[in-house]
Amino acid sequence: MQALTNRSRAVSRKPLTFMESLYLPAILKGMLITFSHIFKKNPTVRYPEEKRPFSPVFRGLHVLNRDEEGRENCTACGLCAVACPAEAITMEGAERMEGEEHLYREEKYAAKYEINMLRCIFCGLCEEACPKDAIYLSETFAPANFTRKGFIYGKEELLIPHPIEEPEAFAKAKGLNKEA
Amino acid sequence: MSLLQLDILLLIEKLVLIVIIVLASLGIALYTTFAERKVAAILQDRPGPERAGPLGLLQPFADGLKLVMKEEIIPGNANKALFILGPALAMTAALMTCAVIPWSSQVELFGRKIDLQIADINIGILYVFGVVSLGVYGIMIGGWASNNKFSLMAALRGASQAISYELAMGLSLIAVLMLGGSLSLKTLVDQQMAPGYLWNIAYQPLGFLIFFVCALAECNRTPFDLPEAESELNFGYHQEYSSMKLGFYLFSEYVNMIMSSAVMACLFFGGYDIPFLDEKTLPVNLAAVLGLGALLTKIVLFLFLFMWIRWTIPRFRYDQLMNLGWKKLIPLALVNMLLTGIFILMKQEGTWQTITGFFK
Amino acid sequence: MSIIQILFYLLSGLAVFAALMVLLSKNPVHSVLWLIVVFFAISGHYIMLNAQFLAIVNLIVYAGAIMVLFLFVIMLMNLNSSAEPGKHIWMKLAGVVAGGCFLIMLVSLASQAPEMTNKTVQMKEGNIGLIKELGKVLFSDFVLPFELTSALFLSAMVGAVVLGKKDSTQ
Repeated sequence: MQALTNRSRAVSRKPLTFMESLYLPAILKGMLITFSHIFKKNPTVRYPEEKRPFSPVFRGLHVLNRDEEGRENCTACGLCAVACPAEAITMEGAERMEGEEHLYREEKYAAKYEINMLRCIFCGLCEEACPKDAIYLSETFAPANFTRKGFIYGKEELLIPHPIEEPEAFAKAKGLNKEA
Repeated sequence: MSLLQLDILLLIEKLVLIVIIVLASLGIALYTTFAERKVAAILQDRPGPERAGPLGLLQPFADGLKLVMKEEIIPGNANKALFILGPALAMTAALMTCAVIPWSSQVELFGRKIDLQIADINIGILYVFGVVSLGVYGIMIGGWASNNKFSLMAALRGASQAISYELAMGLSLIAVLMLGGSLSLKTLVDQQMAPGYLWNIAYQPLGFLIFFVCALAECNRTPFDLPEAESELNFGYHQEYSSMKLGFYLFSEYVNMIMSSAVMACLFFGGYDIPFLDEKTLPVNLAAVLGLGALLTKIVLFLFLFMWIRWTIPRFRYDQLMNLGWKKLIPLALVNMLLTGIFILMKQEGTWQTITGFFK
Repeated sequence: MSIIQILFYLLSGLAVFAALMVLLSKNPVHSVLWLIVVFFAISGHYIMLNAQFLAIVNLIVYAGAIMVLFLFVIMLMNLNSSAEPGKHIWMKLAGVVAGGCFLIMLVSLASQAPEMTNKTVQMKEGNIGLIKELGKVLFSDFVLPFELTSALFLSAMVGAVVLGKKDSTQ
């Protein structure tokens, strides 16, 4: 049988020789190895202060997108909810009224849009299913919370900041959004 | 006996000394737990605890607070009195050792010469042995009173290990005592300080090795931490303990480490002796402070050695442990003792007389 | 009363009380632990007689080693009051009579012995209990019994090794 790694070695069952049964040479060797580790660089990333860069294909928290005038893209078509294998997405649609054209891009919009982050497996299928480019997976992940309720993200958590009213926050969110 | 002519000043002096030494050893033990985690981290390429306070220096207090705040559980079928007695005994036995250790030479305060040693009794080192053999009861009583088979097995292991290694320890010690001709730790240290004499490690390297291995076993340190083998005994003799009772058990291990380091420093490494320096030329108080510093340095080095070994070597199997103790260390210690005796005789009577003396 | 007397009565009281508790406690483990207390009290007496070596050896050997083995056995057998075999009333009576006779003998012997009449215990006098003097006496006046004892121990050790060795014929 081929060995799985080239580092594996068969266990020797031979009785110890006298030198081996003194244990001391082997112990000293081991202690030198551990001592040499004192001078090695430690690879720890001290998390809240430094963050490891995410890979460009990282799939994190969802973002509901707006167009350049700040109108919501989502039309509450429900394709993302259907595509979701974990059934984490629920939504309620509503019709756009007169005078709301500056808020929503199409005639229909999502009055309620919730993602349960405890159910979500961050597969990104919602992102692929969306015909309106309304949902994206960003490069952040859900912070810890004390209650389960806190992990059900509604529209106010998911929506990207308004590009005209809060340009800095929008730019920041765009920066985290890999597609943008 | 000074106990009987009640010298009030002496009494106060000794009481103050006792309080200082006990508090100091507890404080050092507190930071030894921190050092253990830090050393482990450094040897494993990690930063270790560094969040509590600057550089993580408040970590031991955070740990202690956590232990105190935890729920105190006494198992239903446990023997309540003995269950509480166990950790108390372990801690008492660990702290009692510090009474005979000479922490430094004399200091002069308010016109009084004060020995920095609580009691210079003439059976010094035997007292240490007596107290160590008491420490076994802390483990045994705790393990038995928990009414748990794993605890009991761990306690039996711990006790038999301690008793087995105490023999080899005593035998390796006899060679040192033969060199020094006294049981008092202070006398032994003073002899190593005398000009023209090297530290005992120069005469007794084998004896030191045996003593050190036995000290590891007595403190239940890796590679001999069988009473705490979590992979086979869940958690060992303190499995049922929680809160500060558990803390006492864990803490007494560190106090034991400090005390055995101090004893080793006194027996083999000249105690509060500073190498290449004649303390007699210095003012009394300065010499005492420097001596204390020297002893503490030696203790810290030993503690590092203890930790270094812990994070390097895996645990011995129980039969290997017993084989090592009874079949290797005890014969070695006996041979060491015999050789030392022969050399001492040769030095006293001359080589030729010794050899002919055997055939008379 | 001087301090030494207070200490003496304290230690004696402790010793007697602990000895009684050895007999009276129902749990054998408690008995063993009380016996250890007795050893401690007796060691205290040794120290007051200036026999420090004897005191500490008493602790190391009896309290530190032998009693641990006792505890081993008792803990592993898990003795309790229900496992205790019932003794016949005549057996108990015979035990009481025999023990009582022995006690009377001891008391009368001790009170009649000429060296012990009209003598109080000499506290903190003599240094025979100190290790230096003890060593000198052991290796000069009592060298024969000392060596005989060591030969006895050696033979016991050899016996233990022979018993403990695996039987290769099986």
